[in-house]
Amino acid sequence: MVRDDLNRDNEYALSANHDEAHGVELRKMIWKVTGLLTLITVVEVLTGAFVKQYIDGTPNSIWPVIKWSFIVLTLIKAAYIVLKFMHLGDETKSFKYVLLTPYFIFMAYLIFILLTEAYHVNSILYP
Amino acid sequence: MAGHAKELDAATAWGGDGSPFRLTYGKQMMWFFLLSDALTFGGLLCAYGYFRHQYDSWPVGEEVFNAMPFLGNGFPLLYVALMTFILIVSSVTMVLAVEAGHRVDKKGVIKWLTLTVIGGVFFVGSQAWEWYHFIHGSHYGAILTPEVWNNGWATIKEGAEMGISQEFVLDFGHGKVFGSTAEEQALVAQYIAEPLAHIQGANMTENEYAPMIPQFANLFFFITGFHGFHVLSGVVINLIILINVVKGVYDKRGHFEMIEKVGLYWHFVDLVWVFVFTFFYLV
Repeated sequence: MVRDDLNRDNEYALSANHDEAHGVELRKMIWKVTGLLTLITVVEVLTGAFVKQYIDGTPNSIWPVIKWSFIVLTLIKAAYIVLKFMHLGDETKSFKYVLLTPYFIFMAYLIFILLTEAYHVNSILYP
Repeated sequence: MAGHAKELDAATAWGGDGSPFRLTYGKQMMWFFLLSDALTFGGLLCAYGYFRHQYDSWPVGEEVFNAMPFLGNGFPLLYVALMTFILIVSSVTMVLAVEAGHRVDKKGVIKWLTLTVIGGVFFVGSQAWEWYHFIHGSHYGAILTPEVWNNGWATIKEGAEMGISQEFVLDFGHGKVFGSTAEEQALVAQYIAEPLAHIQGANMTENEYAPMIPQFANLFFFITGFHGFHVLSGVVINLIILINVVKGVYDKRGHFEMIEKVGLYWHFVDLVWVFVFTFFYLV
């Protein structure tokens, strides 16, 4: 008997093929996302190069705002890469949740543990 | 499968109607692999944050990484921005290769996949240069002085580079430059002539960028190295698939879904770099 999964694979893969008209649309989206990712990177690098973390040895008071905006911009870039370039946005809802839920739960847990327990670990390592 | 597996018939094998996720087995497994890999990188970056916050101060990316090939120092973040741009562009050519694959356009796939491989090779090469520069260190290295800033550690720099009309100045990092007055210059000359300690470049036990923090170089080597290894294997995988495309393996199959699977891996490599770029270089 023909392997079930291979048989099905062929079906889904073929159904993903599209015509030229849809291709034009997709390419338009791709170049849009490219422009956005490049723009964000340029803004990040210019900000990083011109706003100093320290001025004459003392921390720059505006830096925390810059730092958090970098992190937010990074998450925006990541979302565009995953949803548009990796086409996760086009997958079924259930598959999106199967991938993203465990990831966010685990990362949130790890960050939470590090934030709450780091002082204790440090006090044991370097009493 | 042990010995005599019973032959399955369609009725017992799978009673449902296709995958509940409406996608192929291969793509699902690639996604699950990437999920586990993303957890690995997430764990590494959390470890980076943990070590970083053990210290009151941490080297600033734009002070450490400010060199350009052939041009010398004084170009904060420019080189790494270039690397980032190369990787983004190669991600774009990859997504265009996937799109061409969906139209069963073999020529298009070959063109875009070749460009992707070239972009990947450029990125790995850039990273090799970055590592070489990081390990080699600055011209004069860092010395230990009796001054109070940065635990006494300072990098020796030419005055011109810091915009000060002296031959040498001491850069204590974070914008604290020593040696602009005549009195300070006398001390600078004395410290350089008889440093309490001297470090040049970086290795696993010491580094001139953060002499008190060996973890700075360790994490740099480990995380960018692990990422670079991913890029390298991505280039090899893309190359193998490119050869398959040229040989016509996927024409026979009737679809180019394999491009999509390796594409997922390649975009993931770009995705990780976005985070490494932020946490190592920007913040």
